Amino acid sequence: MAATASRSAAGPSLRRSRPRYGESVIKALLLAASLVSVATTVGIVASLVPPTLRFFERIGLWDFLTGTEWSPLFEPPAYGVLPLVTATLTITVIAIAVAVPIGLAAAVYLSEYATPRTRSILKPVLEVLAGIPTVVYGFFALSFLTPLLQDHWPLGEPPEIFNGLSAGLVMGMMIVPTVASLSEDAMASVPQSLRQGAYALGSTKRITALSVVLPAALSGIVAAVVLAISRAVGETMIVAVAAGLRPNLTLNPLEAMQTMTGYIAAAGEGDLPVSSFDYTTIFAVGMLLFLATFAMNFVSIRLVRKYREVYE
Amino acid sequence: MTATLPQHKAAGPLRGRSRPLEPAFRGVLLASLIVAVLFLIVLLSYVFIEGSGRLDTRLWENFPSKLYPERAGAQSAIVGTLYIIGLTGLFCVPIGVMTAIYLEEYADGERWYNRLIELNVQNLAGVPSIVYGILGLGIIARGLGVGRTLLAAALTLSLLVLPVVIISAREALRAVPGSIRQASLALGATPWQTTARQVLPAAVPGIATGTILALSRAIGEAAPLLLLGAVTHITFNPANITDAYTVLPIQIYNWIKQPEAEFHTLASAAIVILLLILLAMNSVAIWLRNRYQKRW
Repeated sequence: MAATASRSAAGPSLRRSRPRYGESVIKALLLAASLVSVATTVGIVASLVPPTLRFFERIGLWDFLTGTEWSPLFEPPAYGVLPLVTATLTITVIAIAVAVPIGLAAAVYLSEYATPRTRSILKPVLEVLAGIPTVVYGFFALSFLTPLLQDHWPLGEPPEIFNGLSAGLVMGMMIVPTVASLSEDAMASVPQSLRQGAYALGSTKRITALSVVLPAALSGIVAAVVLAISRAVGETMIVAVAAGLRPNLTLNPLEAMQTMTGYIAAAGEGDLPVSSFDYTTIFAVGMLLFLATFAMNFVSIRLVRKYREVYE
Repeated sequence: MTATLPQHKAAGPLRGRSRPLEPAFRGVLLASLIVAVLFLIVLLSYVFIEGSGRLDTRLWENFPSKLYPERAGAQSAIVGTLYIIGLTGLFCVPIGVMTAIYLEEYADGERWYNRLIELNVQNLAGVPSIVYGILGLGIIARGLGVGRTLLAAALTLSLLVLPVVIISAREALRAVPGSIRQASLALGATPWQTTARQVLPAAVPGIATGTILALSRAIGEAAPLLLLGAVTHITFNPANITDAYTVLPIQIYNWIKQPEAEFHTLASAAIVILLLILLAMNSVAIWLRNRYQKRW
């Protein structure tokens, strides 16, 4: 205090204040900490690329992407990734078919209809759904849902013990909170004036929600759906437990199938020797998975940014 | 406010027209939410009823056994999970909070490298957990020679939940009003004094809540640990960070894979334990939020 007083007595000093090295050191430390997350991305790429390159030295990229048989750990080995891709797609489609309608309806209800009290009860319930470990969902699919489906199957052959259907259905429920909370965020950022305009023109609540709020929040909702697809593609434990371990080129969800993540988990468990060629298959499939989810996340982030720019 | 507008029965053409679609639409929306709630109830009660017969002291006093389901317990897995909570918190909280402080308080958002860091964090949050397992396997366990140990698992899970910690800590920091910072700076405090003495203390409850939720994600996570050696039956408690280990989700996965029904019962009982640990952590988080959160 005294120092400031005497300095101001000598006239206001507009000179640059003395350098504060401590402040610079702290800023540098904070920057260094934030580089850890950048290093993580670099590390992911660095861990994937060398074994993937080793894999593609022996297997052609085209053969990998279009081959219809995947049995790398058996004789004779086959390295066509399509069975893993079709399984991933089948289960993802089922999961999205469950998660998007339910999640979107929940979001519309919470954002447009619910009273603050109902909201404060229902939102935490959705959060609990998101917080349950995925291995628990897998267990539920395998030992509750599959027997239930087998007992009450209305037509034709019932599902196998391991099948894509119950894995997909349960995964869909797991993703509901993702879709609901992101879409609700998007709807909440739609300005009230748009709703009031619609009401003033005589729209009912349903028409306002469907024709004004949903279109206005569309980019956020699409972002939520894209992120949900990415989560379904990347989910491991549910499929490892409930969908089976048999690579199977099929779109029939009643059969056992192995997804990309399922293969990585199954092969990774085995502690394959680093020098073996089998070890590289984990990374080749991992690379495909990483690129697919990376692209989807990127699109999703872009879309969210778009609606933020428009309304906030 | 606006919500009441359309129901307002105004005089004129609106009166008396029945709109059957309105309640039907609302009903469909509500039904979807009820489906989600019912699913949760069925899931929880199924696990609880299945596991209730086996929820006794054997579960935490005994070690896993492949041959004798009646003697098997999950002590090493419970201890492993507790270790993982502690170690992961130790690694990811300082780094995560520091990153959040950098991005919120220091970084100039116009600079390309700061935008890159931000985009990178958002992207990492969406990377599938099994890919983190590949990172852990390729770089941490094999590349750095940490091996398939407790340390490798904790480091991998720290990286996995780091984006969650960063994003929630940033939200907590952003909730502190700018006027607090301006007042502090105007009184002559340096940026770091402002951050450390004004902003950070005000944001601690929010950061703590977010961190606990992130950690509870880490302890439920099994996929990356499948690649990091947690699969073998571990019949001892880890005493050292370089020991082999197992955790509850992995032990549950092991038991689910056994064909005998007794092991499935055991898995349900272990799930109940895991859910109780998660419930305890979440309760602490909610209590912290309600008790200490400031309204500005």
